Amino acid sequence: MKKISILLVLVMVFSIFAVGCGGGGGEDTDVVAGIDVEGTTIKIGVFEPTTGENGGGGIQEVLGIRYANSLYPTVDINGTTYDIQLVEVDNQSDKTAAVTAAQSLVSQGVVTVLGSYGSGVSIAAGPTFAEAGVPAIGCSCTNPQVTLGNDFYFRACFLDPFQGTVMANYAIDAGYTKAAVISQNGDDYSTGLAGFFKQAYTDLGGEIVADETYQTNESDFNAILTTVKASGAEVIFVPSSIATATLILPQITANGIDAQVLASDTWENAAIISEDAVGAVFSTFFDEKDESNAIAKEFVDGFKVFLNSDAQYLTWNAGTDTVAAVSALGYDTYMAAYHALEALDGTDIEVVNSVAIRDALVNVQFDGVTGAIAFDENGDAIKDTAYLKTVTEDSVATKEFSFVKTQSVAEL
Amino acid sequence: MDFTSFLSYCLAGISVGSIYALIAIGYTMVYGILRLINFAHGDVFMMSAYFMIFAMGVMPWYLSMIVVIIATIVLGVLIEKAAYKPLRTAPRMSIMISAIGVSYFLQNFATYLFSALPKAYPSIPVLNKTIKFGEVSTSLVTFITPILTIIAVFILMFIIKKTKVGMAMRAVSKDFETAQLMGIKINDVISITFVIGCFLAALGSILYFTPRPSVYPLVGSLPGLKCFIAAVFGGIGSIPGAVVGGFLIGLSETFIKAAGYSEFSDVFTFIILVIVLMFRPTGLFGEKMSEKV
Repeated sequence: MKKISILLVLVMVFSIFAVGCGGGGGEDTDVVAGIDVEGTTIKIGVFEPTTGENGGGGIQEVLGIRYANSLYPTVDINGTTYDIQLVEVDNQSDKTAAVTAAQSLVSQGVVTVLGSYGSGVSIAAGPTFAEAGVPAIGCSCTNPQVTLGNDFYFRACFLDPFQGTVMANYAIDAGYTKAAVISQNGDDYSTGLAGFFKQAYTDLGGEIVADETYQTNESDFNAILTTVKASGAEVIFVPSSIATATLILPQITANGIDAQVLASDTWENAAIISEDAVGAVFSTFFDEKDESNAIAKEFVDGFKVFLNSDAQYLTWNAGTDTVAAVSALGYDTYMAAYHALEALDGTDIEVVNSVAIRDALVNVQFDGVTGAIAFDENGDAIKDTAYLKTVTEDSVATKEFSFVKTQSVAEL
Repeated sequence: MDFTSFLSYCLAGISVGSIYALIAIGYTMVYGILRLINFAHGDVFMMSAYFMIFAMGVMPWYLSMIVVIIATIVLGVLIEKAAYKPLRTAPRMSIMISAIGVSYFLQNFATYLFSALPKAYPSIPVLNKTIKFGEVSTSLVTFITPILTIIAVFILMFIIKKTKVGMAMRAVSKDFETAQLMGIKINDVISITFVIGCFLAALGSILYFTPRPSVYPLVGSLPGLKCFIAAVFGGIGSIPGAVVGGFLIGLSETFIKAAGYSEFSDVFTFIILVIVLMFRPTGLFGEKMSEKV
């Protein structure tokens, strides 16, 4: 009896191996059939959080995507005019809900997915898209894990190792040698970025004097801020969601902490602007006042008109018509998908297929709103410039961030 | 940990603990009278925050506070009349399930009306002023929260111990039916219990959201659960117990975060619940359970 059970266990162990290998093979592009377009409507999935802690930023990306769709609603492929239809789902800023949302997109027959805001949900949904053979293009998910090892995930923004290094350099250049890092437990974006910042900062000779974490949906930061204050930190790095930013900033003031606050791309939302936010510096993907890029200028003008055309859009955009970097990225991801579709024109395909779109995406090159976009072997857009912005006394009245400087990898 | 930080941690812990105490009193009083765990209480607390957002849009803060307190009380009494009163003779389990239903209703109704995106709680400038005691810096609201709570508890104890209404409440909590036979208007007593509970929830809501200015439909559920634990910890049915339980939970939570284990702060609160239920189900101040034959 004992022997039989051992044998049984061995068989099970080996079968796990076999299944594991099978799963690995499944990611190979040759095996995946993908999804065919039916009729003359190409469905593009919009995979974004419109509720939950990242809902504020997610909806801004959706606005950018909708604007792009309103400008380019059809595409001609081999003599047929296809309508492009957006299928929006809400991934609720939640990793579990994200997988369900991704499956719902796949079952509705989308051939490309745009999104998401937030790295955690993108990482969670990545395998679902890869197994279905549907390419996904991330807008502002900056964690390296999103595209790593996933042939079907692309992204239009820079990555966290770059962003963390930029912020660490900024802190050192400004003469701060003691830093505190506050990150969100279990959030891939926040902990990932905090890790890259810590590494770059200590490599540059700085010292991390406090490394604190908080829970999702935490609203009381008094305890960790007391620890940060006691540590004597001169600079506090807080990669967090917008919701957390609006909670932690007043508490930093109330606790009498006058250290420099540094943050990341998520903070570019007018909702965080207040007296308590004055002086905070963060990095982002885009600046609407940057005149050097003609495509960006055209986009900014058009997008402002689009925002002002509907009161609901303005409410979603935190009550202003300032163009958020994530909206620009939303626009660029749509354009990346659009250029991939255009590239299919003239090829010998009989029916538009999601795997064919993925193969076209690999070679897509175009000038986007956030700079020239081309994807490297991981599917990451090759970007080397971050825009640093801050909140000033004037910002409180105008609800606009003030531009500090651009920082590229070459300067580091 | 130096002395200044220690004082800061204590102040933060006592402040959040006293808000837990205010809400826990609402749980404990309703339990004392109706033997019902009012799971909707945390969501009444959330609705109160939304009332404040809309009230502050049209009137100054001192008027808003009054309006918000009245609106919250009206909501609480309405919930009692609509969802609990028709079930007064039903088994206790039915009325508790009704409470859970009300809780889900309020969360989803708020999502429908106000969307799930967090809204900014209006800032009350007077309360948000930063004050300093030597090295310890905090906002005025953090400092006055425990003081207000203690005053409220003393007034409440006075009402219960010295007034006729209080006597009626004590009688109802001892024996529902006998109290009714003695001529106590049971519905009035229950309404007054909800009025007091909701008044304290509205007060707690103002004190809680002023330094944490973000409101979304699920914002009441976790504080609500913690306050329920505070009430159980102190001994459900006992008002001093709820207050002590609230303070202890607030302090333990803050010190766990201070020690750098913020991921365990909520876990610890729930472990307290398990331990209390296992070893001392009547809580710190609970009455000894005597089985009636």
